[in-house]
Amino acid sequence: MSAALAFRDVTLGYERRPAVHHLTGAVAAGELLAVVGPNGAGKSTLLKGAAGEIEPFSGTVERNGARPGEIAYLPQQTGLDRSFPLTVFDLVAMGRWGTIGAFAPLGGVCQACIEAALERVGLEDFGPRTVATLSRGQLQRVLFARLLVQDAPLILLDEPFTALDQATEDALVAILRIWHGEGRTVVAVLHDLARVRAIFPRTLLLARTAIAWGPTESALARDNLAAAGTLAEAWDDAAPRCAPEELAA
Amino acid sequence: MIWEAVAQPFVEFAFMRRALVGSLAVALASAPVGVFLTLRRMSMTGDAIAHGMLPGVAAAYLLAGLSLYAMTLGGLVSGLAVAVLAGLTARVTVQHEDASLACFHLLALALGVVIVSLGGSQVDLVHVLFGSVLALGDGAVLTLAGAASVTLLALTLIYRPLVLECVDPAFLKAVGGRTGAWVHHVFMSLVVLDLVAGFHALGSLMAVGIMILPAAAARFWARDIDRTITVAVAVALLSVPAGLLASFHADIPCGPAIVLAAGTIYLLSMALGPYGSLRSLTTPAWHYRA
Repeated sequence: MSAALAFRDVTLGYERRPAVHHLTGAVAAGELLAVVGPNGAGKSTLLKGAAGEIEPFSGTVERNGARPGEIAYLPQQTGLDRSFPLTVFDLVAMGRWGTIGAFAPLGGVCQACIEAALERVGLEDFGPRTVATLSRGQLQRVLFARLLVQDAPLILLDEPFTALDQATEDALVAILRIWHGEGRTVVAVLHDLARVRAIFPRTLLLARTAIAWGPTESALARDNLAAAGTLAEAWDDAAPRCAPEELAA
Repeated sequence: MIWEAVAQPFVEFAFMRRALVGSLAVALASAPVGVFLTLRRMSMTGDAIAHGMLPGVAAAYLLAGLSLYAMTLGGLVSGLAVAVLAGLTARVTVQHEDASLACFHLLALALGVVIVSLGGSQVDLVHVLFGSVLALGDGAVLTLAGAASVTLLALTLIYRPLVLECVDPAFLKAVGGRTGAWVHHVFMSLVVLDLVAGFHALGSLMAVGIMILPAAAARFWARDIDRTITVAVAVALLSVPAGLLASFHADIPCGPAIVLAAGTIYLLSMALGPYGSLRSLTTPAWHYRA
């Protein structure tokens, strides 16, 4: 099976400090992968790198030929300006950018799929409301509707269930399962290990580098979690340069 | 009686008709641009760019005299330079755009005043700062109309990505790549173009007024973007004849009169508008059933 997403010796970070360090591994097409790890483990950075939002310091990220626009990415903190006078319908319609671009009309089919997406997240009457009137949980559901409309083969979710009530979480998990059933590749950063064990067949346990990457049950084994827990979060100001052996030799 | 007060000045005097047409063109183009500026919390950007035009206009005046095209070109070049340098600084370095704009517009303003002082008298400076809408020639009116047409056409073309860039720039970057960046640059060019056009009619200090005040007023009357723009354009178009007539009858300068008219509507909107105005503080706090 071809990989939807492959990391080859990828190092990602900020100000020359690695948040993800020499990671190698692949996500098979159609996989439902959880990314777990302690705070500061590089989970969000990994998704940013996968989405192409930041460039790796070294190594390559392969997206199986997908253009950046063909990847649906829901960041942990959206830069969404909620005070902008925009309707929920229009926000969801943005998901069609990849198809209609700047000029093409939305079209009837498109409008129907936007209505359907809003219905799927349980917000069927919310189209004409403005974004400013939404609660945090409702906004998250609207953003899921936009992901639905994007219709992308690869979906990256960064802590999609944070600060949601049980019913909302269940509704969004149901969508995750549907995506999985449709053969889409889904990579999600999560904290709730029970949730991960219940839903995700495979897990990457990340602490800057992969502590474990495989079937969820074995990846989340006690000794793996203990190893991930020893991650030092702080920068070491005295850290030497990281040089691959062939360069050092 | 009313006819005489309202229509007579325009019927009788060609300079009033030219002032009306020229200022209406400026109002029509500036108001929608101003809506996006205020929504992006960039209201002060307009002010900064207006000051940024000063050295270009002053240099053109020094070299070519009171030439419409030289001053337009000079204003465009130095206004764009301030916008581009400030934007680049904000994108490339750690500085936020408000700080970089403040720096470059102060530089430009100081430079402009120095250039003006090199060449001419105080009268010229007043002319540049506060405009000369009553002295608009046919060439100037056509220039203003041209700038307005270009603005409205360009705004129509970039409307969708511009809204997206305002609401969720990270998303646009993810799905549209470089689109957000060039939409931003096109939009900033339109701001400069309209301010240069407005400078001919209202002066470099007053041109920002017809851009920002109607947009700020409109926010109290509308909750979605289309209606906000419609109201802003209506307010701007209303301010122009109101200001010109006040100027004609009370013998006060035109540019400030037009901006004061827009400002009056802004204050009324802030007091009485249905959304988030002062009125909402005084109305009883009733609410719907859950």
